[in-house]
Amino acid sequence: MRPPISVSDKAEIPVSDTSPPLVEMTGVTKNYSGITALDRVDFTIRAGEAVCLAGENGSGKSTLIKILAGVEPRNAGTVAFNGTRHETLSPRISADAGVMVIFQDFSLFPNLTVAENIAFSSQLAHSGAFYRGGLSRDLAKKTLERVGVDIPLNARVEQLPVAHKQLVAICRALAMDARLIIMDEPTTALTEREVKSLLTIIRRLKSDGVAVLFVSHKLAEVLEVCEKVVVLRNGAKVAEGPATDFDSASLTRAMTGRDVAETPPDPLDPSAPALLEVTNLAKQGVFDDVSFTLRQGEVLGIAGLLGSGRTELAKALFGLIHPDKGEIRLKDRPVPLGDPLRAADAGIGYVPEDRLTEGLFLDQSIARNVAVGRLDTHDKGAMLDLKGLWAEANDWLKRLTVKHSDPEAPVRSLSGGNQQRVVLARWLATGPKVLILNGPSVGVDVGSKSDIHGIIRDLAREGLGVIVISDDLPELLATCHRLLVMKGGRITDEIAGRDTDETDLGHRLAS
Amino acid sequence: MNTLLSRLKTPEGRLAVIAVLVFVLMASLSPERFLSAANLTSMAFQFPEFAILALAVTVTMLTGGIDLSVVGVSNMSAVVAALILANVAGPELAGSGAVMWLLLSMVVAIAIGAAAGLFNGALVAFIGMPPILATLGSGLIFTGIAVAITGGSAVMGFPTAAAWLGNGKVFSVPVPLILFAVLALAVAFIVRRTAFGLKLVMFGANPLAARFAAVDVNRLLLKVYMLSGALAAISGLLVMSRANSAKADYGSSYLLLSILIAVLGGVNPYGGYGKVVGVVLAVLSMQFLSSGLNMLQVSNFARELIWGVLLIFVMLVNSQQVAALFARRRMS
Repeated sequence: MRPPISVSDKAEIPVSDTSPPLVEMTGVTKNYSGITALDRVDFTIRAGEAVCLAGENGSGKSTLIKILAGVEPRNAGTVAFNGTRHETLSPRISADAGVMVIFQDFSLFPNLTVAENIAFSSQLAHSGAFYRGGLSRDLAKKTLERVGVDIPLNARVEQLPVAHKQLVAICRALAMDARLIIMDEPTTALTEREVKSLLTIIRRLKSDGVAVLFVSHKLAEVLEVCEKVVVLRNGAKVAEGPATDFDSASLTRAMTGRDVAETPPDPLDPSAPALLEVTNLAKQGVFDDVSFTLRQGEVLGIAGLLGSGRTELAKALFGLIHPDKGEIRLKDRPVPLGDPLRAADAGIGYVPEDRLTEGLFLDQSIARNVAVGRLDTHDKGAMLDLKGLWAEANDWLKRLTVKHSDPEAPVRSLSGGNQQRVVLARWLATGPKVLILNGPSVGVDVGSKSDIHGIIRDLAREGLGVIVISDDLPELLATCHRLLVMKGGRITDEIAGRDTDETDLGHRLAS
Repeated sequence: MNTLLSRLKTPEGRLAVIAVLVFVLMASLSPERFLSAANLTSMAFQFPEFAILALAVTVTMLTGGIDLSVVGVSNMSAVVAALILANVAGPELAGSGAVMWLLLSMVVAIAIGAAAGLFNGALVAFIGMPPILATLGSGLIFTGIAVAITGGSAVMGFPTAAAWLGNGKVFSVPVPLILFAVLALAVAFIVRRTAFGLKLVMFGANPLAARFAAVDVNRLLLKVYMLSGALAAISGLLVMSRANSAKADYGSSYLLLSILIAVLGGVNPYGGYGKVVGVVLAVLSMQFLSSGLNMLQVSNFARELIWGVLLIFVMLVNSQQVAALFARRRMS
């Protein structure tokens, strides 16, 4: 299913074959304090070529980008731009070679206009000591025309929709004479139509001789414009081949190293009573009119694109965001809004999205990270019952099979999967009635991921109500009885987990 | 042997070595004076004042904050206590009446210290002000209040019983030393063995995660700054008793000194790590150094310079960058 335009790309390839590749990496290795993030990876990309770099979280994708961008030094291997080898790289060298990275957050200046954002960096790099507004506008206009899109030059970037912000970031890269544009997770916040128009632009760039590297853990959408797919797993290159050889399933198999066929959850007892009732919850500009019921023993999934309001809703349920109106009732008793302490008292637990900054006290011990939720319970008058506290923490570490050598070791020393279990243990120790899991398996290896899914199923079987928020659709399908789709801050769809599949769900999310 | 070596690698272990080295150095430079009973006793009377302030700074630093108002709080509380002793009790009062008024003035001073801490804590917890600015401002306010109450002059004329706190001895152990020992043990106990203490350290390690773990962050901050204020007030009472007077601008050099001691004692200024034993060792090192410099007749200005250099030096040694630099050297 190749688009017709790729014929012209193919015509170009023999020409560029004679010239040295734009980027050639051989045997690139990177170690972070004993952990091998990249293990002897070879990688090439040529002018006008589009390549998919696929891999799960923690597979080494971002390390590879950082090395290319000159942000991180490599420990071994060679990197050559246009046939010139560079012993050490710096952001400057990479930028001069035309390697531009567009990160997921685009790194734009929200308070500046489109024209200023596009032209700012190139003006800083090329012109003298003074900023010249007229030149900026010309350059911005030319670049937008080159991409073939029409965005008002004077609009402030913060007021643009996500898809347009992304285009502004692409234009900025082009204004800096980009020859390779690296796009980190380019489609996570885009609807289907926006992805289509992005692909049209990518084709235009390719025929212009610009190379594009897509970096993502869901790449099925961009496969059609790519010549080549490279798959990383645990820092090593495990697959490479023409894009036509891959489909969604084979890509997943290459990324995870096994066929992920998880069983959907047991059907829910139809007589299970309602546990958590949310009515008309609203927060201006974030989410609106959210109502749903979670039953005892039910796993409810909330699916939505980045920026759909899914994380904000979860935070509001746990009191970290104060909703403007609406009601949350747990077992028929109102839960006070906007106060995490009272939400926790009522029996709501929240496992946050960003484990490293929101979930864990990285330098503190494993045991303390579990015990922090139970300090008040073990407070016996003036003194803390330390024995009881540590015994309980260790018991939970054992129950969730956290692999550790010493509960006194800093939690930083654990792997992602074990760290996530520590956060889970902290909440389970408090005996919650409802557990909200935001991205339960982000940055977790495949084995731990299915273990965590198993834990979720067990908790539901024990009568907990679980809410899973994730952009990993197979994860939602593997764990949830029922799915809510969020779009623009509203719940737009509700489906039983058994009545849908990945394609259908993806379509409902992004259409 | 191994455990001894590994202990030497901790900040507290290094500090113990430093304390011993400074002691030996000063003792060998001027043995007859430094090791004299008079000097040793005089040191034991001197350091508890700023050592208790260092404990106050330590508890706030454990949360990743700081309390720059400790000297202001200590003077404000001392001035009020002094006014009670001088004007209400009067210099002639003796016997159980004087002891009663002394106790009452102490309770009032500590309550004022805690209230001042509550104000600091409220600025940090509810308004979200950075502790360094909140307490810088409030410290000036507290000093200003002390000036306003006294008109800037010293308050004098206490019952003789008031001198016991700063100058007395129990079984030939100086009272200030006993007071410091009790408070140091109490703070160590609070930090290590109470829910409040553990929360304090966890909050310091990652305030955001503490909020996500449903720790009662606001109440925690209020209590921390109240504790700091109460400790500062006790230090103020010691100064008052030893000087036999109270004034709005006593002990202004103690602020830098107490921060220096906390940092030297291995308390992480970004929060989340610190041990009282380290602070005690740092106090001893500083007192040995200070007495020694005194005996060598080093000027006061030079001493402040030495403290400043020491503070930067300790931060340098403890900083990640320097550690990384040394690690890289060793590798290559």
